Amino acid sequence: MARANAKKKRVVAKHRKPAKKKKLAPRKPVAMVTKPVAEIEPSLPPHQPKAANALESLSTPSRKFVGMPMKRKEDPRLIQGLAHYVDDIQMTGMVYACVVRSPYAHAKIKSVDMSKARTAPGVVAVLTGEDTRGVIGDVICAAVLPDMKPATRPMLAVDKVRFVGEPVAVVVASDRYAARDAVDLVEVDYDPLPAVVDPEKAITKDSTLLYEQNGDNISFQWHLEGGDVANAFKEADRVVQCRMVNQRLIPVAMEPRGVVADYKPGEKKLTVWSSTQIPHTLRTLLAAVLKMPEYSVHVITPEVGGGFGSKLNMYAEEALVAYLAMQLLKPVKWIETRRENFQNTIHGRDEINYAEFAVKRDGKILGMRWRILADLGAYYQLLTPLIPTLTGLMACGCYKIPAVKLDITGVLTNKMATDAYRGAGRPEATYFIERMMDVIAAELKIDPLEVRRRNFPQPSEFPYTTPTGVTYDSADYQKCLEKALNISNYTQLRKDQAAARKQGRYVGIGISTYVEICAMGPSVAMAGGGWESATVRIEPSGVVNVLTGASPHGQGQETSFAQIAADMLGISPQDVEITHGDTATVPYGIGTFGSRGTAVGGTAMYRALEKLRDKLAKIAAHALGVPPESLAFDDYKIHVKSDPTKSMKYGEAVGAAYAAKTLPPGMDPGLDVTHFFEPSNFTFPFGSHVCVVEVDPETGEIDLQKYFAVDDCGNVINPLLVDGQVHGGIVQSIGQALFEETVYDEQGQLITGELTDYAIPRASDIPHLVTGRTVTPSPVNPMGVKGVGEAGTIGATPALVNALVDALSPLGVTHVDLPLKREKIWQVMRKARNNGAAKPN
Amino acid sequence: MEIELRVNGKEQRSRVEPRLLLVHYLRDELSLTGTHIGCETSICGACTVLMDGKAVKSCTVLAVQANGSEITTIEGLAATAHGNGGLHPVQEGFWEKHGLQCGYCTPGMILAATALLESNASPSETEIRHAIQGNLCRCTGYQNIVAAIDYAAKKMKKQKSR
Repeated sequence: MARANAKKKRVVAKHRKPAKKKKLAPRKPVAMVTKPVAEIEPSLPPHQPKAANALESLSTPSRKFVGMPMKRKEDPRLIQGLAHYVDDIQMTGMVYACVVRSPYAHAKIKSVDMSKARTAPGVVAVLTGEDTRGVIGDVICAAVLPDMKPATRPMLAVDKVRFVGEPVAVVVASDRYAARDAVDLVEVDYDPLPAVVDPEKAITKDSTLLYEQNGDNISFQWHLEGGDVANAFKEADRVVQCRMVNQRLIPVAMEPRGVVADYKPGEKKLTVWSSTQIPHTLRTLLAAVLKMPEYSVHVITPEVGGGFGSKLNMYAEEALVAYLAMQLLKPVKWIETRRENFQNTIHGRDEINYAEFAVKRDGKILGMRWRILADLGAYYQLLTPLIPTLTGLMACGCYKIPAVKLDITGVLTNKMATDAYRGAGRPEATYFIERMMDVIAAELKIDPLEVRRRNFPQPSEFPYTTPTGVTYDSADYQKCLEKALNISNYTQLRKDQAAARKQGRYVGIGISTYVEICAMGPSVAMAGGGWESATVRIEPSGVVNVLTGASPHGQGQETSFAQIAADMLGISPQDVEITHGDTATVPYGIGTFGSRGTAVGGTAMYRALEKLRDKLAKIAAHALGVPPESLAFDDYKIHVKSDPTKSMKYGEAVGAAYAAKTLPPGMDPGLDVTHFFEPSNFTFPFGSHVCVVEVDPETGEIDLQKYFAVDDCGNVINPLLVDGQVHGGIVQSIGQALFEETVYDEQGQLITGELTDYAIPRASDIPHLVTGRTVTPSPVNPMGVKGVGEAGTIGATPALVNALVDALSPLGVTHVDLPLKREKIWQVMRKARNNGAAKPN
Repeated sequence: MEIELRVNGKEQRSRVEPRLLLVHYLRDELSLTGTHIGCETSICGACTVLMDGKAVKSCTVLAVQANGSEITTIEGLAATAHGNGGLHPVQEGFWEKHGLQCGYCTPGMILAATALLESNASPSETEIRHAIQGNLCRCTGYQNIVAAIDYAAKKMKKQKSR
């Protein structure tokens, strides 16, 4: 807090000094409009310069674009403040909503008195649970597991609140400040109940119940077994056990959530602008809860300031703001504050893993029994129960483990719901298996690299099916690990470590080798559909308009998709426009999450482009009198591969499709194709990360000195974008390892409720990241791409904890739970030293 | 209360409520929506603007405190860049080096970087990372932001020496 107060003192001091009256130039008389209207420049607000002209002309010769580190087409609007996020939307007559939230984690609601708020200045409407009960449907959970107990969340709490921040009422006023003032006038009479916070206590018999009718706080139990587990443990030389925590995280997208809604009764058209990752799914869910036909709901995704899974949902506020717009016939805006974002936007991770590994003396793993306790929070959001099952699916990591038994228990507590946060279930799986590899190596006194190499499947064994029933598409874990050891100069690192230990310094080297499941995915394995859509339209002028069902929000697909389209048609990416996020123009799409944008969305576009290319080839072949297969597309020309002089201009072929006078017999006019792509499998990117840390014994502070990451996401469309995704993922993972932790106290109060208490990494906390790549194309799609968005959050956390435990191993330390905060490390070192452990030799 | 100030080189005269935050004045009154809000506790830096040449977090400055000041927001930055109407070198650096992904922290980051380069024309990587410590980013992991600022520093030095 000191940082914030220091700033306030400096600013307040300035305020007391009388402001110096600067002499401003006398006001110029308003210029009379003399120029004819046509010459007046289209009205950008006067003080905004013309956007830098990023678009070169149509005739730029085509070159090979896929694989090039192309500058992004999105950037000109973003670096000049010309992009529009949801809070930038201003409409006449707009009113502002503010939400009244529960200060209690668990309480009965006895009464909600809105009388003072209703008559406060500027207030135009109030809404309570009584008004919405039975009128708006409940929050929808799309992931229903077998015999899962109900934990449905009403839009506004009615009899009971079950987590701090749960919406109880809404106030709408003419401006933000009036709405915020009126919230304080709402009087809610609560009857507090004991809070259920510790997941391990929540499942005991005498625990307070969140839902009396459920009988206990267990949401679901999910079992999975593959291979002969009993036999594995019979033949084991040793059983290695461990309990590890994967702490609850808060995604903290830089842009908090926000919604604007407007309803036109005449046209019966509800328009909703929302900072979301799934515009079409949101439209379907809103239509359902508002009991409206889908064609009356129009969702527009403005620029979105990051999601990371936190905007992969339908939230209560989205339905409430839409409902209010229909009641008031005025545009309604709600923008989340950061405090609300912490309390009431999905959290991530939060699993306790207990496992026993049956191992041979040489480190070969015969089998494992794994219990996962997943803290789901108080209610289900869209995919809450599904996330821990992904941990189960990826339990084997990149290892051949013949026998696996998994028991996952979802537990309900008085906290915000957990759901998909960058990695969504897979960081937990990789963290656990990669830590266990080191624990096994330490217990058997084998080099952790050897334990990994001994359990890798061979490249020839792919596609490789694990006992959990997942089939990895393609991989070469050995090559990737070798490359990581190579670029990190691993042997030298070990030498430097030995030297440092002689000086009594605590230096550690950590490794992780991961495989992840992404590019969600075959529809049979998904809560909703797993496909993606694209419409590709070549306009008469030859420019290409791609309408993608994906909903990029920082991934850069307006550029990478344009690179793919340009190479396919032999034109420039500057002549390809990618449109997304508007349900009125873009065909039904699934959205952006689970690293699926390019692998699934990109392939839908690829297939549509193929069909257009074939059509143009037939048109040119008809004109040139050659077979279509003999033609190539390059540099705005369609020419015979063997004789480039025999060619037709790309623009002419396009024109022919529209003029429709010289078309081959039986061919329809127009160049407009829609394709829905259903992937046959997920994709399975993998990688190896190495890092070096040094621990300061006086303060417990960890200095992350070096970080090396080799990631394999198959073929790369734009290396600049892939590196960006890897950097971002690694730093979020460093946040989980060293800084971030969501803390609820015993009353269920969210202690880490602001950015002052929940420390996401800053630029000064991060070393220079060295990234490398291997390329193992995926057979699942024609471009051979895998996903990469979540690779960083999956690989880095285990590498960091492995490094820390390696650094403290001379003190006999075998495990330290996440996060590795200074005080915890200091305590661990002090305790280890008091037990008389040897000084580092 | 009446305030009088210059924003992006244009004189503004407005009547404001004493408690109106400068960031809301810029966004809602002047429609300069390039300045963003990411928190209420002046930690994230998305609301950074230049006030009399200094990088300031406009979410914890009152509009009345800006009376008589010269404010530069992201929308006005290019105009201040040594005459070439296109982009300020820092903006160009962010584009060249993929120093942004979702773009929400970018305006604040660019203005913080601009203030840095005014006071330190060739900062080291550590100095850059320290200077933008008050600007949080969740997408990029900061690496390309540091590269972008380094690119701008080198370009501005070349421009000055010409």
